[in-house]
Amino acid sequence: MYVYDAFDRTLVAERVAEFRDQVARRLSGELTEEEFKPLRLMNGVYLQLHAYMLRIAIPYGTLSSAQLRKLAYVARKYDRGYGHFTTRQNLQFHWIKLEELPDAMGALAEAGMHGMQTSGNCVRNITTDQWAGVAPDELEDPRTWAELIRQHVTLHPEFSFMPRKFKIAVGASHHDRAALRIHDLGLRLHRNGAGESGFEVMVGGGLGRTPFLAKTIKPFLPKRDVLSYVEAVLRTYNQFGRRDNIYKARIKILVHELGAEAFAKEVEAEWQSIKDGALALDPAAVSEIAGRFVYPDYERLDDGPPELAQARRADARFAAWMGNAVDNHKVPGYAIVTLSLKPEGGTPGDATAAQMDAIADLADRYSFGEVRVGHEQNLTLPHVAQRDLPDLWRALDAIGVATPNVGLVSDIIACPGLDYCSLANARSIPIAQEITRRFSKLDLQRDLGRLHINISGCINACGHHHVGHIGILGVEKNGEEFYQITLGGKADSDAKLGALVGPAVPYAKVADVVEDIAAAYLELRERPDELFIDTVKRIGVEPFRERVYAAR
Amino acid sequence: MTSPLEQKIRITGPVVVTANRVGDGAVVYRRADGGWTTRLAGAAVTTSAATARELIKEAVADDLRAVGPYIAPVRLSPAGELLPGNLRETIRLGGPTIDLPVTFGI
Repeated sequence: MYVYDAFDRTLVAERVAEFRDQVARRLSGELTEEEFKPLRLMNGVYLQLHAYMLRIAIPYGTLSSAQLRKLAYVARKYDRGYGHFTTRQNLQFHWIKLEELPDAMGALAEAGMHGMQTSGNCVRNITTDQWAGVAPDELEDPRTWAELIRQHVTLHPEFSFMPRKFKIAVGASHHDRAALRIHDLGLRLHRNGAGESGFEVMVGGGLGRTPFLAKTIKPFLPKRDVLSYVEAVLRTYNQFGRRDNIYKARIKILVHELGAEAFAKEVEAEWQSIKDGALALDPAAVSEIAGRFVYPDYERLDDGPPELAQARRADARFAAWMGNAVDNHKVPGYAIVTLSLKPEGGTPGDATAAQMDAIADLADRYSFGEVRVGHEQNLTLPHVAQRDLPDLWRALDAIGVATPNVGLVSDIIACPGLDYCSLANARSIPIAQEITRRFSKLDLQRDLGRLHINISGCINACGHHHVGHIGILGVEKNGEEFYQITLGGKADSDAKLGALVGPAVPYAKVADVVEDIAAAYLELRERPDELFIDTVKRIGVEPFRERVYAAR
Repeated sequence: MTSPLEQKIRITGPVVVTANRVGDGAVVYRRADGGWTTRLAGAAVTTSAATARELIKEAVADDLRAVGPYIAPVRLSPAGELLPGNLRETIRLGGPTIDLPVTFGI
């Protein structure tokens, strides 16, 4: 866990007091909506279809049990008893009242949480690998760097009014779990040929109306220079990014139009002038931030305790869950556990206040009080002793978060869609729910293997449909919901945008088409262990189109 | 964003003016007497562009009570009941089309 200091606490408390005053002035009529809107957005307050929505940042996806309990409290007292974990490691409350928002924010501030920079044309919540600090394939904990950048850009006046929002992700593992290539700026820690660690810098990624994968503009950046280089990227974007057209304002358009090489040249020129100044990192300052990530006092344990093998033999359901939701930890005798927020027929990413409280208690008992949020809209307990897995599983199963479907066809990423969102053209959640019902048999899901379905209810692509193995995009045609379906997208280290498989299909037919795509894959794969995404890569979308659309 | 007053009003059927209530964001409809109601049945309905323009003008001026007013289509059921004119408005009036997690039972 990261331990906030008095400076952080004061900043958050002052913001609550300021917002309380702004809300009072809005309610009294002293502020018009036109004046108030930018102020509320700076605190993550949107207006959705039915109510205001509060988006709360969960920096680098790390939550303490106390913070999760506070989210449960706010859900219960100020919302409708649940919250929605998003694809950017945030949490959204969808029914919050403006009149009660200052009190809700005050409660969140008690646990060091806020909605600052979860909206507006600033640097948004900085995301990372939900397994940061515990993944065996990790070079070092990327959260140190995410936190360092977070501190630098929080309320930074130069970067508070950029052409458009700016999303940064940091990763440090061989396997990219942070979707770096679909961010405005992706930073990947790795080692160069000389064995030194530094960052690969990728810019100009993003989904939405015009999707692009980020291009590498610097293959190796020494760690001491990360802040100055990030600042040079932001400054270059701020200077050259378009402000005349919202659809062309993101950095991806600038990088595309200038060309990655020319953009890199501009950044380099700016960087050369600042790299040896105040932003050159002092190793002592970096160590101080790293030191504030407090790691658990792990016991000395061995991998594979006998009671675990016994429990696996004794209970097939436990064995299935173990094989699906439990991953290797860098410390012997421990495991990383993913909690599925994707029950059959449920809303992807939703958790009730009761679940949050229960998970907080389980985190205290089994995971040193720590919980993580992943961009796939699931939660993680990052430090579980392997011997505790059977007991933990029983407790998770009892609260509905032990569906053994992590990474499988029913582990669907979905935005709130037209059921909540004022930007959406079509619904996402009921499509996801119907698909989970169609694939309710776990044997079928396991046979299909790793298969990611991502659903967005509009072109803004909050559900990351472009990078779903099967991507589903809702559009509106003559007042009806239609869905475009793409195949072959992925957000990992070999990121790719999906290709359209055929004409858009109506709402009632989407699950049928997904079933047909799955059936086509079973027919087309070369061998049982060829993953869906590898089959699409090998043969393209045409054979799927022939099979799925021929009869339609 | 274009102000609702500057938007071209094209009306092909009955419409109402709708917005969200300032204090809690609830969906509200402009009444004929200048107030707001959460009941669609209480909304001022018009098929005239001029009346719609007048309704939206008054609604925009009422910034203290309602946010983001706009003109939304409605239709009449065979029984004469006033219904939202499209899916978006149906969801705004009736709420999400899915069970909320607390009712889903988890």
